[in-house]
Amino acid sequence: MSMIIDTITEALSYGFMQRAIIVGVLIGLSSAMLGIFLVLKKYSMIGDGLAHVSFATVAIALFLNTSPLLISIPIVIVASILIMELNEKAGIHGDAAIGLVSSFSVALGVLLSSISGGFNVDLFGYLFGSILSIQQSDLWLSVVLAAGVIFTVIFFYNDLFAITHDEAFSSVIGIPTKRRNYLIATLTSVTIVLGIRVVGTMLISSMIIFPTVAALQVSKSFKSTIVISSVISVFSVIVGVLGSYAYNLPSGASIVMINAVVFVSMMGYKRLVRS
Amino acid sequence: MTSKLIEAKNITVRYGNNVVLTDISFAIEKGDYIGLVGANGSGKSTLVKALLGLVPLEKGKIIYNDLNKFEHGIGYLPQVAVTGNTLFPAEVREIVGIGLLGQKKFPKRLTKEDHFKVDTILTRLGIIGLKHKKIGDLSGGQQQRVLLARAMVSHPKLLILDEPTSALDPRVRSDFFNLIEEINKVDQTSIVLVSHDLSSIKRYTRKMMLLDRELVYFGPSDEFDLNFGMAKGMHNHEHDY
Ligand SMILES: Nc1ncnc2c1ncn2[C@@H]1O[C@H](COP(=O)(O)OP(=O)(O)OP(=O)(O)O)[C@@H](O)[C@H]1O
Ligand SMILES: [Mg+2]
Repeated sequence: MSMIIDTITEALSYGFMQRAIIVGVLIGLSSAMLGIFLVLKKYSMIGDGLAHVSFATVAIALFLNTSPLLISIPIVIVASILIMELNEKAGIHGDAAIGLVSSFSVALGVLLSSISGGFNVDLFGYLFGSILSIQQSDLWLSVVLAAGVIFTVIFFYNDLFAITHDEAFSSVIGIPTKRRNYLIATLTSVTIVLGIRVVGTMLISSMIIFPTVAALQVSKSFKSTIVISSVISVFSVIVGVLGSYAYNLPSGASIVMINAVVFVSMMGYKRLVRS
Repeated sequence: MTSKLIEAKNITVRYGNNVVLTDISFAIEKGDYIGLVGANGSGKSTLVKALLGLVPLEKGKIIYNDLNKFEHGIGYLPQVAVTGNTLFPAEVREIVGIGLLGQKKFPKRLTKEDHFKVDTILTRLGIIGLKHKKIGDLSGGQQQRVLLARAMVSHPKLLILDEPTSALDPRVRSDFFNLIEEINKVDQTSIVLVSHDLSSIKRYTRKMMLLDRELVYFGPSDEFDLNFGMAKGMHNHEHDY
């Protein structure tokens, strides 16, 4: 027991670990709170799609010789809105719209990076996350993001609930469905761009999907789903990051593994209760 | 003087190249009970959506008199029950509460009084026992009644019901028609009821509207000729196949 405490104390004495835990928890909270609106509206894979867009933005930044974050956030926001518009205007289903935008982005990114002489960024870190790369600016951005998400979910709760259940009815009763959707899309985009630092492009969608789907196994009401998924997500981040430090494992993959274990336990619990 | 709640003036709606409604004009008055009939694909749901502002108009306009659409003068029951997703985590009371949000200001919290309204409508529709049930666990007919409660809970001046009885069993169906009649007479709520069951709704409604992409008939129910409906409206559109 004391060995565990020693390891935790040691881990937390490092600045990069402190940043990783704080950013991880804030991203975990944001993605879990947004998750329910995305998963239930069949936008589960939007995390994956936007991560691919973010890959293209890194290439664009390289091409233009500017900072990736500055370029990533606005472009990913535009892409997320484009996905929703494709769905609404062109009647292309959410999953197909995500597929279109994401594969186009990857192709663009590959072409641009080949023109500008290949990638020289830490590819492994980019694909699977690297908590060493988390900077002070990421930390502040995560604080702002999480505050924005919490504010949105609390104050627009009923609007978002109504839209998630039935968009047409919501617009009949005067809820500004489009503006609310854009708000969710924007917050999701920032969550993805920042979350890539922690778990990487390949794993970011799991931060949105796992906690929500795990919570859906046991919850009955909408509110409790949000609360349970937030708890699961924050728990997974803390255990995942500390565990990865203790056993010298990649932190992104560890977080996802903990999420997966929680999901399986929830499924098991549900079966047990039903039978 | 009769007051017009809502007026459609020369509206035309098209989806791509498919002109679904052509030059339709009519007015819905206070206390009206209108049965809207027509074959599959004749544009009934589209007309309803046009009245609700859910589809763009190619031509014409909708005028909302004495009816603030946004503060919720209109209750709406969509044709297709939404929740195919059995995992959707919401209890019946939460879903019905949505119907009250149109009258709320930011941050749109439901009060004790609102919860009481929800209970009242659930009781009136005979589904108070389902209050704490998860929506996805209900049968199609039960879900339809929950959505009907959502449409009615705000006591709208106009209630638009798109095939509300399609998933109801016969006993519940006649209860339902009696209830709608009561709402129309006692509460003075105007009703538009879309149905395929031409002969049975004609018994309840005051007016009938027959649609065949254009307005074929709109007038008193007792002057509405069933044969006329059969001949004109109830054939299928070849170009739909
Ligand atoms: N979203 C849409 N996009 C394209 N075409 C549509 C759309 N909705 C309806 N249509 C077309 O418009 C026509 C009228 O459809 P509508 O749903 O209004 O008919 P309806 O009278 O309600 O039929 P039903 O009795 O089957 O409910 C049909 O030909 C349909 O294919
Ligand atoms: Mg229809």
